[in-house]
Amino acid sequence: MTAPPADLDQLVNHARVLVCCGSGGVGKTTTAATLALQGAKLGRRAVVVTIDPAKRLADTLGIGSLTNTPIRIEGSWPGELWAMMLDTKSTFDQLVIKHSTDAAQAQRILGNRFYRNISGALSGTQEYMAGEKLYELHDEADFDLVVVDTPPAHNALDFIDASRRLTNFLDHRLYRMLMTPTRAYLRAVNLAAQAFVRTVSKVIGGEVLEDALAFFSAFEGMEEGFRQRAEGVQALLAAEATAFVLVASPRADAVAEARFFADRLRESNIAVAALIVNRVHPQFSRGHVESDRAQARLALGTALEPLYTNLADLRALAEGEETNLADLGAQVEPASVTRVPLLEDDVHDLVSLDRIAAHLFGR
Amino acid sequence: MDPGQFLRASRVVIVAGKGGVGKTTVSAALARMAARQGLSALVVQVEPTSGLAALFGRPPLTYVESMLAPAAGTVGEVRGRTITPDDALLEYLEDHGLRRISKRLVSTGAMDVVATAAPGIKDILILGKVKALERSGAADLIVIDAPAAGHAVTFLLSVRGLLDAVRVGPINAQAREVLELLTDPERCTVVLVTLPEETPVNEVVETAFALEDRVGVSLGPVVVNGVYPMLQGLETPPAEAAAAAEVSLRPGDEVALTAAAGFRRQRQALQQGQLERLAELLPIPQLRLPFLFAASLEPDHVDVLAGALLEEVGALSDPAVRTEEPST
Repeated sequence: MTAPPADLDQLVNHARVLVCCGSGGVGKTTTAATLALQGAKLGRRAVVVTIDPAKRLADTLGIGSLTNTPIRIEGSWPGELWAMMLDTKSTFDQLVIKHSTDAAQAQRILGNRFYRNISGALSGTQEYMAGEKLYELHDEADFDLVVVDTPPAHNALDFIDASRRLTNFLDHRLYRMLMTPTRAYLRAVNLAAQAFVRTVSKVIGGEVLEDALAFFSAFEGMEEGFRQRAEGVQALLAAEATAFVLVASPRADAVAEARFFADRLRESNIAVAALIVNRVHPQFSRGHVESDRAQARLALGTALEPLYTNLADLRALAEGEETNLADLGAQVEPASVTRVPLLEDDVHDLVSLDRIAAHLFGR
Repeated sequence: MDPGQFLRASRVVIVAGKGGVGKTTVSAALARMAARQGLSALVVQVEPTSGLAALFGRPPLTYVESMLAPAAGTVGEVRGRTITPDDALLEYLEDHGLRRISKRLVSTGAMDVVATAAPGIKDILILGKVKALERSGAADLIVIDAPAAGHAVTFLLSVRGLLDAVRVGPINAQAREVLELLTDPERCTVVLVTLPEETPVNEVVETAFALEDRVGVSLGPVVVNGVYPMLQGLETPPAEAAAAAEVSLRPGDEVALTAAAGFRRQRQALQQGQLERLAELLPIPQLRLPFLFAASLEPDHVDVLAGALLEEVGALSDPAVRTEEPST
């Protein structure tokens, strides 16, 4: 799948799903909120889903706290703007209730200690639930535009692979080995498995393992529902109306991570539809760092020296950022590249989101 | 405070902070600072993709220790390695005579089940390995480049959680020993890293209280990264300064110099405000590292930061009770 190059405005106007990915600390949450806001301004029914545990979107939108269901943010735009913070645990609970055959099965699972650990401890659960919520908002809640702020991850594919990985986990072979002992040819395997389990429980304690086995046993019969849903999420992520937006900052380490992300996405045949670079330092004039430094030396000891030193410092920085970005821009071609300058202060209300929107959408 | 005394206060220093604040850079600078004090340092990365080795101009770290900067004269060596949970688990099992099941644990994916059944087990394996390094005196200073905050709290808190979940056996013993290490100020210190900006300041304050109250670790000074060096005289109008200096401005310079000076003054003022706010909210000493006007960091920059750390620590007042160590 190769997305045609689209500018950001077109993307926000036509995409059904925007997935914002990037490393931590590059302003991903703020960017996601701005894209959803722009959607609302273009008359769409937009929702932004954030996963960031630091609750920064709540700060950004100036609303105290978000819940697992979207909250509407009032404003003077033709469309609608909604926001929500993903609650991994209750999203998982809802899934369990939805796919369980009866209330008793749901209760057995929800009350299991191993299950309660899953949302906090199993890697990929957060990503999986983000995908699940995305599907629900897109498919069932009738939003025109769902913008997802993905969990900070080292691997962009964590988000895409999560549904497959969790389904595999729930369908676990170890459990299967233990629970299908009836057929004779499996008995030998089973004996080995029992010995294995005994050793494992010596290390971590039998109680813990019993919880796990009770969980898998209670879960029996629900795998299929989960698998189908996971396939739905996969299809949605691969759909033409879904676009991936890479968010970065111009510092070398952030650019290196962004390039790594872009590579991983390409391996999955996913194109980066747009690159947004936050926190770009300004250029104050055309010129050369060396010539600024020469001027500073000429003015050594005078009031002019610090002024030229400062100009040279900031120019060196901006030039270095340009070099970093040139490589990244080339790598994600033909994606549009939009820069947002380093802002004067932190973004915590709609007014400042508007200022970012002005940089992103040029109005 | 004498930097040597500061560095010898505890053998393990865990560097934590949210993504993008420069944890890895600070870890490298701390190690370099120790080396310049004649100590040997070992930097440990617990997340696979971070550019620590690049800051020393070396290829990526592995589970096997490698030299990042050899000792030279009075300067100590800096070594580096990773500790990833899978590798740590394999080593743990092999050490406990369970080499055979170790392969199956990984190949059947049972490790995922175990890690879910006993959350924090991966973190315990990492910290257990850190503890073993500390015990064996692997280096005078062991710097841990911890996972991003939020997760840093979970990472350290998981020890207590695991003690509740696993009440017997070797993992329980391991968790107890790790907790002893984490809560002993003479063995382990947590150094938090932040930026002089609103959200990072809020988050570091939150993390600091969570770590002290819920984990019981001893917090060292907070490192504030990226502080603009205070440049005086930026308010003078360029034309006036040029006239006084008898230097002529190049075309366009007046506008550029004015804008650049305005930008710098505004950043300086904003940062100053956040530094004061941090001091109010978090009553622990700050070590301020200069903003480097470079878009990518090189080994030389690490040295600049190590020098800045030495100066900042030197300027700290001598702490009261804690460092009245038993004489050695």
